[in-house]
Amino acid sequence: MTTIKADDVKRRDFLQLTAGGFGIVGVIAAATPLVNSLNPAKDTLALATTEVDISTIPPGEGRTVTWQGKPVFIKHRTPEEIKEAEDVNLALLGDKEIDSDRVKRPEWLVAIGICTHLGCVPTGQKMTEARGDYGGWFCPCHGSHYDTSGRIRKGPAPKNLAVPPYEFISDTVIKIG
Amino acid sequence: MANKERTPFENPVVEWVDSRLPVFTLMQKEYGVFPTPKNFNYFWNFGAIAMFMLITMIVTGIVLAMHYTANTELAFDSVERIMREVNGGWLIRYIHMNGASFFFIAVYIHIFRGMYYGSYKAPREILWMLGVLIFLLMMGTAFIGYVLPWGQMSLWGATVITNLFSAIPFVGDGIRTLLWGGFSVDNPTLTRFFALHYLLPFVIFAVVFLHVWALHVTGSNNPLGIDTKGPQDTLPFHPYYTIKDTFGLLVFVLIYALFIFFMPNALGHPDNYIPANPMVTPAHIVPEWYFLPFYAMLRAITFDIGIPFTDIVFINAKLGGVIVMFGSILLWFVLPWLDTHPIRSARFRPLFKIFLLILVADFIFLGYVGMQTADAKLFGVVPLIYLGQAATAYYLAYFLVILPWLSKNEKGRELPASINEAVLAKNK
Ligand code: HEM
Ligand code: FES
Repeated sequence: MTTIKADDVKRRDFLQLTAGGFGIVGVIAAATPLVNSLNPAKDTLALATTEVDISTIPPGEGRTVTWQGKPVFIKHRTPEEIKEAEDVNLALLGDKEIDSDRVKRPEWLVAIGICTHLGCVPTGQKMTEARGDYGGWFCPCHGSHYDTSGRIRKGPAPKNLAVPPYEFISDTVIKIG
Repeated sequence: MANKERTPFENPVVEWVDSRLPVFTLMQKEYGVFPTPKNFNYFWNFGAIAMFMLITMIVTGIVLAMHYTANTELAFDSVERIMREVNGGWLIRYIHMNGASFFFIAVYIHIFRGMYYGSYKAPREILWMLGVLIFLLMMGTAFIGYVLPWGQMSLWGATVITNLFSAIPFVGDGIRTLLWGGFSVDNPTLTRFFALHYLLPFVIFAVVFLHVWALHVTGSNNPLGIDTKGPQDTLPFHPYYTIKDTFGLLVFVLIYALFIFFMPNALGHPDNYIPANPMVTPAHIVPEWYFLPFYAMLRAITFDIGIPFTDIVFINAKLGGVIVMFGSILLWFVLPWLDTHPIRSARFRPLFKIFLLILVADFIFLGYVGMQTADAKLFGVVPLIYLGQAATAYYLAYFLVILPWLSKNEKGRELPASINEAVLAKNK
C-alpha cells in the first residue's frame, strides 16, 4: 500500500501540472476584464470632430485647437516657409517625408502639437515664441527642433509631428477628425 | 512549538495574551534582547528613520485623502482648499509634501550605507534586493503622488514619464494607453493614479516587513563588515539601539520640521501652483529633486544605436534613454554578483572606497545636470549634455567594469580578528 509505483509519480506530476496550468489560465481570465476596464471608455473613445474657422489666421501665424483633448497646430505658412519645407534634401531627414505628403493645401499645415519624443507641446505657434533652428517649432523639454513642415530635424524626437485626419469643408473651415 | 520555549511574563494580562498569541515574546526576541553588533555608527539610524517616514506618509496621506478630490476639474482647488480652509490642512499637506523628500533623503543615505559597508554581500542578498524593490515602489508612489495636485508640473511630469513607456517595442503603446485610459494624461489617469497612490504605500509596508524579517534572519552588518562571533561582539537592541535610534530620529525630525515650518516650498517647483493646462507646456520641466540623477541619465542618450553610416537602428535614442534610466536601478539588483570581493566594508578596501566616493559625487553631479535645461552649458562654454553623458558612462562603468575588476584585483587591508578586539583597540 505505502510503496509508490513510478507510474503513480508521473500521474501525480501530470495532475499537479494540469491543475497549476488551469489555475494560471483562470487567474488570467479573471484579470482580463479588470485590466481591460482600464482601456479608454466608450465616451472617451467617441471620436469627436472639431471644426475650425481659419479665415482669421494671418500668414506666419498659427492657431492651436483642441481635438480629442490634444492640441492641434494649424499653421498659415508664408511662401518662404513653404519653399523651405519643399526644398529640403530628403537625405537630411530622420523621418523621411516630403512636404506635399503632409499637407492638403501648401499654405495650411495641420499637425498634432505633441512632441513625438515624450509628449510636450512645442512652442512656435506665435511669432514671439521660439521656433528652433529650422523655423518651425521647438520643444523646450529636451530640445527637439521641427521645421516648417513639422518634421523632426534635430533633437531626441524620433518622428515628425503627426498629421491628424482632416478635410477642408470650405475655403475657410476645416474639420478635424 | 514556540509556546514550549516561552518564558512566562510576570504581568498576568500580558501572560494571558502571550500564551495565546506570543506577540510579546516575539517583540522581546526581535526588538528587546536581539543581539546587535556593538560598533554601529549613525549610518545605522536611517532604517528606523525610513520606517518613521513611511508611517508619517501613510498617516498624513490618509487624512489628506479625506479632503482631496480626484477629478481634473476639482483636484487643484481641493488641494488649495486643504491649504486655506481645512483646519491645519496646510500643516498636514506640508508634512506630506516635504515628507516625500525626507523619506528619499533617509533612503538614499540608507542605500549609501549599504554600498559603503558592503551590506549587500552574502548572506544579505535577499535583504538588499527587497530594499531595491522598496526603492522602486517608492519612486512609483512619489511620482504618482506628485500628479494628484494637478498643477502644471503634475500634468507635464506625468506626460513625459508615461510617454517613456511608449518606447518599449510592441507592447509600449498598449501600456501607455492603460496608464492613460484615454488619449493623453487626463481625468481617467488622475483617478487611477489616486487609487494606486493609496494602494502602493501599503504594498511598500508589506515589502518592508519582508525586508526586516530577512534582516532578523541574517542579523545586521556593521562598519567593520565582519561577522559577529559571539556575545562579546553584540549588545541587546534595547535599550542601547532604541535610544540611539531615537536620538538620531529626533535630530532628523528637527531638520524636517525646519523645512515644514520655514521653507515648505523650497524643495518643490513653483509651476505646480499653476493649474494644469494641457495646451501649454512649461518652458522647463523638471522632476522632483530625488529623480534628477535618473532623469539626467534618460536625457544623456541622445543618439541612436545601430550600424554606423547606415540607416539601420537597433535601439533609437528614446528607447536607449529608457533602458539606461531603468537599467541604472535594476543594476542594483545584481550588485551582490557584480562585486564579489570577499571583504565587505570599504574601510578595508582603499580602491573600492575611492571609486565609490567618486560614484557619489558623480550621482550628485548627474542630479545637477538633470536640473538644467537640455541645451545648458557649464560656465557658459561646455555643453552640459556631454558632461551628463560622461557622468552616465562613469555610473554604468562603476557597476559593470570597475566592481568586477576590483573583485578580482583589489588586495584589501587586513581585517581585525573580531568586532570586540577592534572596539577595544580603538578605545585604548
Ligand atoms: C510611500 C509613501 C508616500 C509617498 C512617497 C507619497 C508622496 C506624495 C507626493 C510627492 C505628493 C505630492 C505632494 C504635493 O506636491 O502636494 C503626494 C500627494 C498626496 N498623497 Fe501621498 N505619498 C505617500 C503615501 C500616501 C498615502 C498612504 C496616502 C493615503 C491615501 C496618500 C495620499 C495623498 C494625497 C491625497 C495627495 C494629494 C494632496 C496633496 O497634493 O497634498 N499618500 N504624495
Ligand atoms: S518631449 Fe519634446 S523633446 Fe522631449
